[in-house]
Amino acid sequence: MSTTTSVEQATRYEAVIGLEVHVELATRTKMFCGCAIGFGGEPNSRTCPVCLGMPGSLPVVNGAAVESAIRLGLALGCEIAPTSQFHRKNYFYPDMPKDYQISQYDVPICLRGELRITVDGRERTIGITRVHMEEDTGKSLHVGGSGRIAGSDHSLVDYNRAGIPLLEVVSEPDLRSAEEARAYLAELRAVVLALGISDAKLEEGSMRCDANVSLRPVGHTVFGTRVEVKNMNSLRSLGRAIDHEIERQTRVLTAGDPVVQETRHWDEDAGVTSPLRSKESVDDYRYFPDPDLLPVEPDADWIDRLRAELPELPAVTRARLAGLGLPAPQVAVLVDTGLVRVLDAALAAGAAPALAANLLTNDLVGWAAANGTDPADAPLTGAALAELVGLVADGTLSTKLARQVLEAVLGGEPGGPRAIAEARGLVQISDTAELEAVVARVVAADPAAAQRVRDGNAKAIGALVGAVMRETRGRANPRLVNELLERHLHP
Amino acid sequence: MSLTTDDVRHVARLARLALTDGEVEELRGELSAILAHVEQVREVATPDVPPTSHPYPLVNVLRADEPRPSLPPDEAVSTAPEAEDGRFRVPRMSHSEG
Repeated sequence: MSTTTSVEQATRYEAVIGLEVHVELATRTKMFCGCAIGFGGEPNSRTCPVCLGMPGSLPVVNGAAVESAIRLGLALGCEIAPTSQFHRKNYFYPDMPKDYQISQYDVPICLRGELRITVDGRERTIGITRVHMEEDTGKSLHVGGSGRIAGSDHSLVDYNRAGIPLLEVVSEPDLRSAEEARAYLAELRAVVLALGISDAKLEEGSMRCDANVSLRPVGHTVFGTRVEVKNMNSLRSLGRAIDHEIERQTRVLTAGDPVVQETRHWDEDAGVTSPLRSKESVDDYRYFPDPDLLPVEPDADWIDRLRAELPELPAVTRARLAGLGLPAPQVAVLVDTGLVRVLDAALAAGAAPALAANLLTNDLVGWAAANGTDPADAPLTGAALAELVGLVADGTLSTKLARQVLEAVLGGEPGGPRAIAEARGLVQISDTAELEAVVARVVAADPAAAQRVRDGNAKAIGALVGAVMRETRGRANPRLVNELLERHLHP
Repeated sequence: MSLTTDDVRHVARLARLALTDGEVEELRGELSAILAHVEQVREVATPDVPPTSHPYPLVNVLRADEPRPSLPPDEAVSTAPEAEDGRFRVPRMSHSEG
C-alpha cells in the first residue's frame, strides 16, 4: 500500500475561530435613557436628548440591563467583576449621533466563563473571554447608487435603535470548525432564550455574530493572521461564511501569499466574502472612561439573588426532557425554538408529554413555518395546550381533530380548544350506537370489501374504516370503528 | 515628551481636522507641553493614588426600566442641519473612514 502522496506532503491547516456575539436585550427602555424599545413606528420617534447626544444631557444606566448582563455571566460561569465601568469608543460615523459609542473596555462586567457544546457526539468546552455592556447604533438608509454605502449619494439616519442595550459575548479562539461555531452560537442562543433576556432572532438582528477566522499549520501553537467576517444572519449563513473563509485562506497560504488582516463582508447570495475596510488599530478608538457614568459594583447579595433566580439552563432541560421519553431531535427543537416554555406550562397543567411535544414540534412549528412567523411568537398558552391534550386523552378528539383545533387556536379563534371543538362540531364520535349504524351502512354499501375481510384479508378493512371516517367527516373514534367493524364482520 | 509632526497629523485625522503645516507645527508645541504636564502629574500619581475618572464616591447609580416620553419626531430632527422623511440627512459615508 502506498502511503506517501504529494497531497499528504503539502501543509495541512487547522482553523482557529473565535466569535463575537451581540445580543440585543429585551428591556423596556434603552441602555442610558427612558426611550421605549419597540418595532416599527416613525423614524426618530423613540429618541430623546440623551440618545441623540445633545449637549448637557446626562445618561443613567438601566438597572434591568445590568441584571441581564450579570445573569448571562452567571449562566456562562463567568466571574462578575466587583467593579466595572463604561468607556467612550470614539469614532466618526453617523450611526451614532454622539460620535462615540458607550461600551466597556478594560473592565467589563463579566470575565472568564465557558460554554459546553456537542458536535458529532463529542463534547467540547469553549472559553468565554468576556461579556460586556454597550449600546446599539442607529439605522442608516443609503440613498442613490444601489442602496449600499459605496456609490451612494447621501444617507438618512434613524436613531430609534441607537441606545438599545447590547451585550457583547466574546469567545476564546477555541473553535476549530464551522460546525463547532454553529453549535456554539446555537447553544449561546439557547442560554439567552432560557434566561429570557432577548428574543435572540438571528434573522431579525436581535442576535448578531461576527467571526474571527485564522489558519495555522496543524501542530503549530502560534496563531495565524486573523480575518474578521461580518454579516451572517443565520446559523446556516455563519457555517457557510466560515467554510468559505477557511477555503479562501487555505488558497492564499498554499500559494505562498500572506493573509491580510482585515474585515470582510459575507455576501449570502454570492456565497463569498469581500474586504470591507482595513481594520483600525485598537488605539484609534481612543477609549476613555465616560465621566457621566459611575462605576457598576454589584455586591455579593445582589449577585447571589440573581444566581438563585437563574432558570434551568438548556443542558439540564435537555436531560430532563429526555427523561420524559422524548426523542433527542424533538428535544433539540423544543429547546432551540424556546417552545419548551409552552411545553413546561402544559406539563404543569397535567398534559401528557409525548402528545403535547408532538403538537408543538410537528404542528405548531409547521404552522409557524407556513405563516413565516417565529414559533415562539405563536399564540398558544401552556394551559390551552394542556386542554387540547386532555381532549385527546379522554377520547373527545382524535389526534387528527386535535390538529384542526390547534390550527384554529393558532389562527386566533377565541374560546379555547374545547369551545372551538364543540362550535365546529369536531368532537369525536365515541357513541357506540351511533357508530354501529354507520358501520352497518358502510358494510352494506361495499359487500365486496366486506367479503374480503371475512375471507381473512386483514388489509381490506382499511377501505371500510376510510368509508366510515368519510361518512362521519373524520370525527369517528378510529379505535372504536375498528372494533365495531371487526365485531360486525367476524361475529 | 515631544510629539512628531506625524503624531499631530494622525491625531488631526482622527479628529477630522484639516491643518496647515503652520498649524501642525504650532499644535506640536502646544500638545507636547500638555503631555509634559501629564508626565509631571504621572510622577506624583503613585499606585496608592486612585484614578480620578470618577471623583465622586458614588457607584451603582441605576435607573428603573420604566419608559419615559420621547421627543415628538419632528422635534427630534428640528435642530438637524438637514432632515428628510423624518430622518437625519448626512453626507455620503465613506467606508475607509469608518
